[in-house]
Amino acid sequence: MFKWLDPYAKPETLYRICGLWFPWLMTAAVATLLLGNLWGLAFTPPDYQQGDSYRIIHIHVPSAIWSMGAYSSMAIAAFIALVWQVKAAQWAVGAIAPIGAVFTVIALFTGAAWGKPMWGTWWVWDARLTSQLILLFLYLGVIALAGAFADRQTGAKASALLAVVGVVNLPIIHFSVEWWNTLHQGATITKFAKPSIDASMLWPLLISILAFGLILAALTCLRLKTAILENEQHRPWVRQLAVSLAATPAKGSIAKSVTKEEV
Amino acid sequence: MVMFKAAFVREWRLLARQKADWLNPLMFFLIVLTLFPLGIGAKPNLLAEIAPGIIWIAALLSVLLGAERLFKDDYRQGVLEQLVAAEQPMLAYVLAKIVSSWCSTALPLLLMSPLIALLLGLDSAAWLAVFLTLLLGTPLLNLLASLGAALTLSADKGGILLALLILPLYIPLLIFASAAVDQASLGLDYSAQLAVLGAMLCLSLALVPLAVLKALKLNVG
Amino acid sequence: MRAVFSKSSADPVFTASNLCCVRQDRILFEAVNLHLAAGQLLQIGGKNGAGKSSLLRILAGLAQPDDGIVLWNEQPLADSDFSQHLCFIGHLSGIQPQLTALEHLEFWQASFGLKPADGYEVLAVLGLAGLEDIPCQLLSAGQQRRVSLARLWLTDRSLWILDEPFTALDQSAIVLLQRKFTEHLAQGGGIILTTHQPLTQHFPAAQLLELAYRW
Repeated sequence: MFKWLDPYAKPETLYRICGLWFPWLMTAAVATLLLGNLWGLAFTPPDYQQGDSYRIIHIHVPSAIWSMGAYSSMAIAAFIALVWQVKAAQWAVGAIAPIGAVFTVIALFTGAAWGKPMWGTWWVWDARLTSQLILLFLYLGVIALAGAFADRQTGAKASALLAVVGVVNLPIIHFSVEWWNTLHQGATITKFAKPSIDASMLWPLLISILAFGLILAALTCLRLKTAILENEQHRPWVRQLAVSLAATPAKGSIAKSVTKEEV
Repeated sequence: MVMFKAAFVREWRLLARQKADWLNPLMFFLIVLTLFPLGIGAKPNLLAEIAPGIIWIAALLSVLLGAERLFKDDYRQGVLEQLVAAEQPMLAYVLAKIVSSWCSTALPLLLMSPLIALLLGLDSAAWLAVFLTLLLGTPLLNLLASLGAALTLSADKGGILLALLILPLYIPLLIFASAAVDQASLGLDYSAQLAVLGAMLCLSLALVPLAVLKALKLNVG
Repeated sequence: MRAVFSKSSADPVFTASNLCCVRQDRILFEAVNLHLAAGQLLQIGGKNGAGKSSLLRILAGLAQPDDGIVLWNEQPLADSDFSQHLCFIGHLSGIQPQLTALEHLEFWQASFGLKPADGYEVLAVLGLAGLEDIPCQLLSAGQQRRVSLARLWLTDRSLWILDEPFTALDQSAIVLLQRKFTEHLAQGGGIILTTHQPLTQHFPAAQLLELAYRW
């Protein structure tokens, strides 16, 4: 069914594709990020209830959404890697994991920063923040497992399996933490993601969400390129690439060009 | 079936000859349980309130402690690679391992549960809830622990990594099991929580052994 | 019923072409070709670290090659019934120290579908009479190796892949094992092994594949 995708799974092709996409994705990401965040942080009207402190929503909500989006993408790549034995998908798992983990940390910090003016404390065990914390542990687990093996390929495969196991557990964990929260916390706190949000605040939020998604895509391209080079370094096409790059030293550098014999 | 019986008999013999493999986690469980009143305070009201959580945390930690040995010896001695090469019914082998580890860690816990209830000041309704949640929950603990053991089989420093990977997956179990015992000590109905535990167990029984198989194969390869 | 290696003893049934293995980002070996027909013995030689065990694991279907393919009866290993014809004994002995030799045989018989046989007899042939009921940790390394090789006396599978089977064996055990190999080859089976022992005396028709040390 997916035979047409086969040529794209070749590391060399994938390397070129990522190289082509990366500049566009990065430019778009930076542009939308500046647009969305500047607009949201500086130019939207203050909330009638929370005043100015709600503005962090433009960072908190996109990073929270994409922390889960990154985990899903990672799990899809892991599934492809396990079922169809595609090596490039294994490397994609390792590429996405740290980005997702950083998004989760941003969501936690901004969530805490938002909490201070609203609840008076930096941390509260509410459903969302606790779920994010557990998601961070899941990410750290995937990253740790990949690095725990002497053979890098075994590590990549094991962490792919763990990512798939985690994604199955993710809804279960999410709902049980929500249920636990209603049990122990009493009334729910806010409706910051519910649709009763004014249009003037909605648009910068949506643009920020798009921006974070583009950042995820751009950084994944970059990390995947590095992973492909790392794992394929014994192949002739990588050697040729290294030779051609070394033969044209960067401006201002004092690197001598390397001859073929030395490589 | 033949394979399951042979593997189970083998596991049983190994456990009987290496008693430390199952006695140590049990002692760990009791000691951790004792640490809580010592660390937090032994007021009966306080103890009864935190007892459900303590029992379950101690149980999951002790299962994780004993999980590493599950496949490690067979991997180190080359038994696993022979089984994988011959593509033997590995599923039967894995199930035999999980069932025997459940028998060796959970059965003693279940038998000790009246003692635990006594130590933590739980009444008989709460004790019944502890017993039932342990009955439904410990297979789940063992299943996930075996997954962790299979994943970290050829990793260095596998032991603590195993715990780090599997503890987040234990959280839903912890939430529902301790809530069930909580409800019981308040005299309320807790069959809903038990049903959720049962559902999680069924899902794991269906999916986890396959994941364990995959993890074993990729570690041996 | 003994599994037959191939219909005609001249056809290679087990072939590998263009195998490549990468370890720690360096190529261990590449463009390795081999074939095996019924009644043939293939020895894989090379210095320590040349990749013999890695090659053997690829041939046994445990590991995937980074390039190339292994065929059994002209089908890729994963798609064929190869694993039912394979008896693999790796570098590790497969012996649990707490179990006795008889208990090992019992487990192997159940898990590998071996011929039902008298365990005492087999162990006596292997020179372990009187040691059947004690935990294997009390046996010497050579005796443990003899127990692990007992599978060969009980199996009816046609292809044997063995990694350093002569490790720790004394002279009489080596002779015993070589005789067993001759018997197996005469019955139409195939053997692939790695060893540092010279085999040419006993097996003049053996193929030798030398792996170059590339690190």
